Amino acid sequence: MSVSTCPSDANAATTAPGGLDAVDRAIVLATQAGLPLVPDPWSAVGKPLGIDGAEVRQRMQRMQAAGIIRRIAAVPNHYRLGYLANGMTVWDVDDAHIDRLGRAVAALPGVSHCYRRPRHLPEWPYNLFAMLHGQTHADVERQADELRSLLGDACRDHRILYSSRILKKTGLRLAGRSDRQA
Amino acid sequence: MAALDLLDRRLIDAYQRGLPICERPYAAMAEQLGVSEAEVVARLQSLQNEQVLSRVGPVFDHARAGASLLAAVAVPEAERDEVAAVINRSAGVNHNYAREHRYNLWFVMTAADEGELEARLDALEAELGKPLLRLPMLEGFHIDLGFPIPWAELEVP
Repeated sequence: MSVSTCPSDANAATTAPGGLDAVDRAIVLATQAGLPLVPDPWSAVGKPLGIDGAEVRQRMQRMQAAGIIRRIAAVPNHYRLGYLANGMTVWDVDDAHIDRLGRAVAALPGVSHCYRRPRHLPEWPYNLFAMLHGQTHADVERQADELRSLLGDACRDHRILYSSRILKKTGLRLAGRSDRQA
Repeated sequence: MAALDLLDRRLIDAYQRGLPICERPYAAMAEQLGVSEAEVVARLQSLQNEQVLSRVGPVFDHARAGASLLAAVAVPEAERDEVAAVINRSAGVNHNYAREHRYNLWFVMTAADEGELEARLDALEAELGKPLLRLPMLEGFHIDLGFPIPWAELEVP
């Protein structure tokens, strides 16, 4: 799917980082907490923005093709589904092997997110983060053991940081410049 | 775990990876599931109200839709909730978890761009009077597509 944009389009001048123009940004702000649950959600989103439903849909599909939107879906809250144990596992992995190993870790079932992040020595030596989900801590530990053996000698140390409490969690990702989120 | 019937589960299983992107998505889902559009809408609404679904809508790659950063701060346990409240009040904070580690508060700061992100982190760091561990994502190895939910295993006997 491709939507051509004219380089001299008026929006081009207002394109924000990430290739979003002002209308895209307004759509992001209007949908980040969810689509309206009405028969034609696209028109409901577009109406206050002065565009029709087809344009909203087209722009969102374009953002999805560009990787800005990963998916448009019914997003489950795993905690409410019984995945009560969520362990952020952090690993000190040899930089020479991290690309290959990061991809391998990400492919394991139960890993929902896997990122490389910078070390802050000496207090924070961990450069690979993998989020594990299970019903119990024992489930998460089993998964962490699998990761440990997959990483082998390239891994020097690791920790599992369980969440003891969710203090804030919102679907909101992108705040308007002057917004103060509640 | 929330009590979910077969239709709830079919909705989650079939659409956690993506909705049909057409003019009337809930009608298309209804057709696939053999129920009415009104029923799909009502179910999604109640699953959302019960927080079984976080939302029905787009999942953004926030690294591409603006700027964001995972940060952590180490605070004495006795002050943890007080500090968490300060963090939660800050513009742009969208997740905040207490975790079992010396770095015991972990949150995600978001902003429209890198400059605003840094300004927000600097302001919060000054307000807290404690150094923030700043852990930007350097590379994402995973495209989060959800994962199959083993309903039978989740059943409480």
